[in-house]
Amino acid sequence: MKTVFVTVGTTSFDDLIAIIRLTSELVLLDRGYTDLVLQIGRGSFIPDPQCCPGLRMEAFSFKETISDNIRFADLVISHAGAGSCLEALGAGKPLLVVVNDKLMGNHQLELAKQLQADSHLLYCTCSTLPETLRHMDLSVLLPFLPGQPQNFANFMDKAVGLL
Amino acid sequence: MLVAVLCGILCCVFLAVVVLILRVLLVLRRGTECKPGEKGSVCVLVVAGSGGHTTEIIRLMGSLSQSYTPRHYVMADTDKMSEDKIRAFEASKQKGNIPQEFTIHRIPRSREVRQSWSSSVHSTLYALVYSVPLVFRLRPDVVLCNGPGTCVPLCTAGLLLGTLGLKRVLLVYVESICRVESLSLSGKILYHLADYFFVQWQPLQTKYPKSIYIGRVV
Repeated sequence: MKTVFVTVGTTSFDDLIAIIRLTSELVLLDRGYTDLVLQIGRGSFIPDPQCCPGLRMEAFSFKETISDNIRFADLVISHAGAGSCLEALGAGKPLLVVVNDKLMGNHQLELAKQLQADSHLLYCTCSTLPETLRHMDLSVLLPFLPGQPQNFANFMDKAVGLL
Repeated sequence: MLVAVLCGILCCVFLAVVVLILRVLLVLRRGTECKPGEKGSVCVLVVAGSGGHTTEIIRLMGSLSQSYTPRHYVMADTDKMSEDKIRAFEASKQKGNIPQEFTIHRIPRSREVRQSWSSSVHSTLYALVYSVPLVFRLRPDVVLCNGPGTCVPLCTAGLLLGTLGLKRVLLVYVESICRVESLSLSGKILYHLADYFFVQWQPLQTKYPKSIYIGRVV
């Protein structure tokens, strides 16, 4: 059993869900994935679970936490929100980020580009998703070391006069 | 006669504006001298934003000691998810029977994702009308934020508290990890107003020399 977990965080990203449903399910099957779990957030497009034979599909909008879904995934496909990315990277899962080019300013692309440059994830857009899935090599990805909030705390303790 | 009176009024308004600007500059300059922690505890107003913003702010809050109390979390009224995450976080911090000193407040959202810039000015001003009495009531030592539009009216209210000589509020801004090459709109606005402005990637520190870079903190 190989699971793909798709997450859009608290946003609505119907384009991603649609492109997965319409063009990418066959590619996923080809690459040996058997289960597809979709977290669709505030989106309104809910694919029919029976649509792709051979691929078990489940969809939900929100859960209190998606850490279990991430834990059981073999691949995480995520929107470029920091929370979703950090959770997937923190769990050590291969991460493919799909940047939503309809967002204002699209700052999300900056993070995806930097993390791809550092070999922590792969990124693409909705239109290039099927091609990326077809040719991606997840073995080149490097572990992402967690941030150090303690450095922030130490700095603040001195700055505010607690230390 | 009327002209003289009008000139007099204009001069007064002009002087008042100059005094206000000088006062704001003076207040801004004094940030590093302000040490609220010397009394043993630091009251924090924490700005929660949607999605990733709240995740990041919770990671920062998780690193702060118990001396940062009470904690007042403020979020936009349309934010459905942050309150649950914050309550879960505070519950996890709970040690024994010591009651956790935290509160949760809501103000009108300054700006929705994809909202036009011009209407954002109106909604931010509307949020300011709520932010000022809230911040004046809570009187935090520190306002901690990381980029959602909600932080602009709250930081402005904090600055106002200091400008009026009521209380010097430290403004601490931690730019989101998403921002690698450019600041968010909130970041651009608050870069000159925050007492401590953190960025999480080196290229930003180079572009914005007054910012603080101590590596990734979330």
